Amino acid sequence: MRIGLRQRIARYLTTYGFWVFMTLLTLIPIWWMFAVSMRSRVELFARPNLAISRIFLENYSNVLGDSSFQRYMSNSLLISSANAVLVMVLALLATYALSRYKLVGKDNIFFWLITNRMAPPAAFLLPLFLMFTRSFRIGDWTLFDTQLGLILLYCVFNLPFAIWLLKGVIDGIPIELDDAAMIDGAGLFGVLRHVIVPLAAPGLAVTAILSWIFAWNEYLFAANLTSVQARTITTALAEFVTVTGTNWGELAAMSMLTLIPSAVIVVFAQRYIVMGLTFGAVKE
Amino acid sequence: MRNPRTGWLLLSPTLIILIVFGFLPFLYVLFVGFHEWNIFAAQDGMRYNGLDNFRRLVFDVDFLNSVGLTAKFALFAIASEVVLGFFLAQMLTRNFPGKSLFRIIHTFPLMVAPIAVGAIWRLLVIPGFGPVPFLLDRWFDIEYLIGTYPDQALLTSVIMDVWHWTPFVTLTMLAGLSSIPKEPVEQAKVDGANRFQVFWYVTLPFLRPVLLTTIFIRIMDAIRTVDEVWMLAGGGPGTRFTGIYIWRVVFPRTDYGYGSSISIITLYLTIVLCWLLFIGISGQGKDEVE
Repeated sequence: MRIGLRQRIARYLTTYGFWVFMTLLTLIPIWWMFAVSMRSRVELFARPNLAISRIFLENYSNVLGDSSFQRYMSNSLLISSANAVLVMVLALLATYALSRYKLVGKDNIFFWLITNRMAPPAAFLLPLFLMFTRSFRIGDWTLFDTQLGLILLYCVFNLPFAIWLLKGVIDGIPIELDDAAMIDGAGLFGVLRHVIVPLAAPGLAVTAILSWIFAWNEYLFAANLTSVQARTITTALAEFVTVTGTNWGELAAMSMLTLIPSAVIVVFAQRYIVMGLTFGAVKE
Repeated sequence: MRNPRTGWLLLSPTLIILIVFGFLPFLYVLFVGFHEWNIFAAQDGMRYNGLDNFRRLVFDVDFLNSVGLTAKFALFAIASEVVLGFFLAQMLTRNFPGKSLFRIIHTFPLMVAPIAVGAIWRLLVIPGFGPVPFLLDRWFDIEYLIGTYPDQALLTSVIMDVWHWTPFVTLTMLAGLSSIPKEPVEQAKVDGANRFQVFWYVTLPFLRPVLLTTIFIRIMDAIRTVDEVWMLAGGGPGTRFTGIYIWRVVFPRTDYGYGSSISIITLYLTIVLCWLLFIGISGQGKDEVE
């Protein structure tokens, strides 16, 4: 008995030791950034030290008080939220169509959807740049440097995964329920509203949440398809390094603010992240 | 009752957006790729030049280097992630109090914006106040400057990618491991198989589809990596990956025609690679199960 107990304790200790070590590996880089955000310019160039000696919020107040940062932040919020809602609605309609109707070439459409996500984004920068600056133009107005442009563009990589994710959910809702509602006199939108949406609600929520975070995190398109008005928070981060140069404290503070949504989502939607990242190919 | 026309109507907004912002740009790249078009060139506008761009590409040392670097980066990063992720998933199949907390923390890097990942690692390695160069110099007497030494920059990118994406592999492996039936494993143990044999002959074949899917998705993403590496090293030596190279040709140099032809080749290479893997997943997997 004593040996068994000892073995069990040893096993617990190794397991915990290992996981504490892994957790430190994950958190130390982020902690260091937090430490940098809590330091003034002078303090930074002292000997590297993980401990935080005092609460120093000037970096945060500088960043939050800056009017262009406020614009970046509100742009990012607006673009991500609008994109998430749009993706959720369009994906619901599209998936419903793919799931319930006999459409010619349905499987090919399905495969084509995923290819939209495979493409290296850098390859599409040029045509999109030209389309945004030249083709979509009404008088002086172009799609370039507008929130609308990014909202629509982000659908290209969010819709495919949303449809893949929702396909399983909607296929799982028995078609008899649709029929019963239709016999009771519900039209198409009645069925969607009273049958599909309530039953697919968790799936729809996950779709919206993950679309939101993918749009929030996107950088390459935002950086090249906007200039002043529609810049997002990720482009602001990158600009900090290349243009302003060396204000590391504020850069760290801004990055910390960018991390907040990610942290919230990991806590609340953790189970679905893998499904979202693998087009539902791997379920947990 | 279910008229296909209604179905198409429901599908149409999605198709329109994907065609306009996904497919048309592709056709456009294809078109421009066969033209000479540089904003700063002597003559204005596009000029058809057949396969010249592609001929130039085969001898473009910078491009070939960028492909080599991307391949090296993807290989090192994905190999480490798969081994580490499998090991971590194995550790998570045990039950212990507090497991879910460790798991949540381990998942966190996955949702961090790539550009913020780049910022985090840049702050760690920046000469002057980053702790990594300081400690390496102090403990091992290594001079660590990612702006100067290409190998160090590449290695740092790989480590950063491992930090960012290993959790993904862990989670997919965990999903795969927990779907493996218990009986074959027990049976193999009864028959006297050792731990390695159980892993090699029972666990691995069962895990194969998930493993290949994971590698498939990781390769797709690793080839596309631009943001975080750009943020980390600013396109310095050792990190000039294909994505960054395309950006350089198209934007600062405005060599639109040539940039498009590189895009086409990159796209083509990605598709071929994915197709090969796809066959690996669907074809071979089936043969072995039957």
